[in-house]
Amino acid sequence: MAVTGLLLVAFLYVHMIGNLKIFFGAETFDHYAHWLRTIGTPLLPEAWYLYIQRAVLTVAVVGHIVAATILARRARLARPVKYVHRPKVQGSYAARTMRWGGVIVLLFVIYHILDLTTLNLNPHGVHGEVYRNVAEDFAPGRWYVTLFYTLSIVAVGFHLRHGLWSAVRTFGLQSPRGEFYARATALVLSVVLVVGYLSVPFAVLVGLVD
Amino acid sequence: MDIQVRVWRQQDSSDNGRMETYDVKDISPDASFLEMLDVLNEKLILDGDDPIAFDHDCREGICGACSMVIDGVAHGPEKATTACQLHMRHFKDGDKIDVEPWRAAAFPVIKDLVVNRGNLDKIIAAGGYITAPTGAAPEAHATPVPKADADLAFEAATCIGCGACVAACPNGSAMLFTAAKVAHLGLMPQGQPERDTRVIDMLQAQDDAGFGGCTNMGECSQVCPKGIPLTLIGRLNSDYRKAVRKKI
Repeated sequence: MAVTGLLLVAFLYVHMIGNLKIFFGAETFDHYAHWLRTIGTPLLPEAWYLYIQRAVLTVAVVGHIVAATILARRARLARPVKYVHRPKVQGSYAARTMRWGGVIVLLFVIYHILDLTTLNLNPHGVHGEVYRNVAEDFAPGRWYVTLFYTLSIVAVGFHLRHGLWSAVRTFGLQSPRGEFYARATALVLSVVLVVGYLSVPFAVLVGLVD
Repeated sequence: MDIQVRVWRQQDSSDNGRMETYDVKDISPDASFLEMLDVLNEKLILDGDDPIAFDHDCREGICGACSMVIDGVAHGPEKATTACQLHMRHFKDGDKIDVEPWRAAAFPVIKDLVVNRGNLDKIIAAGGYITAPTGAAPEAHATPVPKADADLAFEAATCIGCGACVAACPNGSAMLFTAAKVAHLGLMPQGQPERDTRVIDMLQAQDDAGFGGCTNMGECSQVCPKGIPLTLIGRLNSDYRKAVRKKI
């Protein structure tokens, strides 16, 4: 869980920084998108790096889901008779929504790829015109798309809030002070990620990007 | 004070079990929760009914025998308190209180609120010991122990093995128990020879017994009557990683 999770978080951060280039204008953003296809050239043929990265990320996602499924299955087997009286879990909201939150994030990722990678569900849908694809996608008339994105990104934020420090614990963090810093860092990293990702659709919504 | 308790009644492991409601009248607020059950049991016996079976021993909060989930919380609503040290003054007159056994596949119900916690013993048998020479006690200062380590080891050693961590864990994991035992011995010089095999074997025994896996939810530490800190699980993970690396 921890190894695959941290790999995915690293990708999320790089992806977010790339997204923020939309604020530098259409030309910069489209140029950045094109540059992604040229990473590794001429050592690798064009777009090969992208496919290698996609393959690694897919392996990480599948590994993450497999590990989560094993844990969920073991948890179900470990408590065959449920409590009659069971108050809410005392731990954090983030911790108890990891499993269903993860399912929401997975559905979002599938939609997101169909929307902005393969462009099947995109209203503009022209390869290479990344800026226009994004701008038309989050146009005020398609508020429901923005709403779904917002909910999903917030779900990612909650997932990471528990996931990040939980990963550090898995790697052996054991001092009380380290725990305090790990929890604080996880919270800050999650909030920054949510704000960074949501800035794009909301900028389109209020007309900063059009 | 008058209260109503809804208690899990289960004749034996083959019975399905059900919650049954009993009125308990005129209980002193200074009675412990177990004493309240004693009073109820006396009444049940006089009425010719089967008394409620529950585990108890020292009633001083140090043996780890009492084990019941009160209103959904292992050992009841008071923090760092065993059920035997929980007093009725923490409840209100007229309260309806639910009492259930620890619920875990690894803790099969024997009767009513009594569960078989032998699987915790299996985890201990797999590595929760040190190899020490028998005979006359060695001189106490022969093996120096740094004070900080001694304090940490003592904190871990306060685990009374009651199983509340398993009862509270949404995954039914015994990780806090195992972590406390691994830390308690692993921090002492006497525990070093078996340090690597201990963590690997005890974790394996835990998995084999049908406990769930840890996802760092932190419920265990919340209900632990001895306040065993969650950080010990990080210590266990660290020890495990080092032990596996050496094994490879």
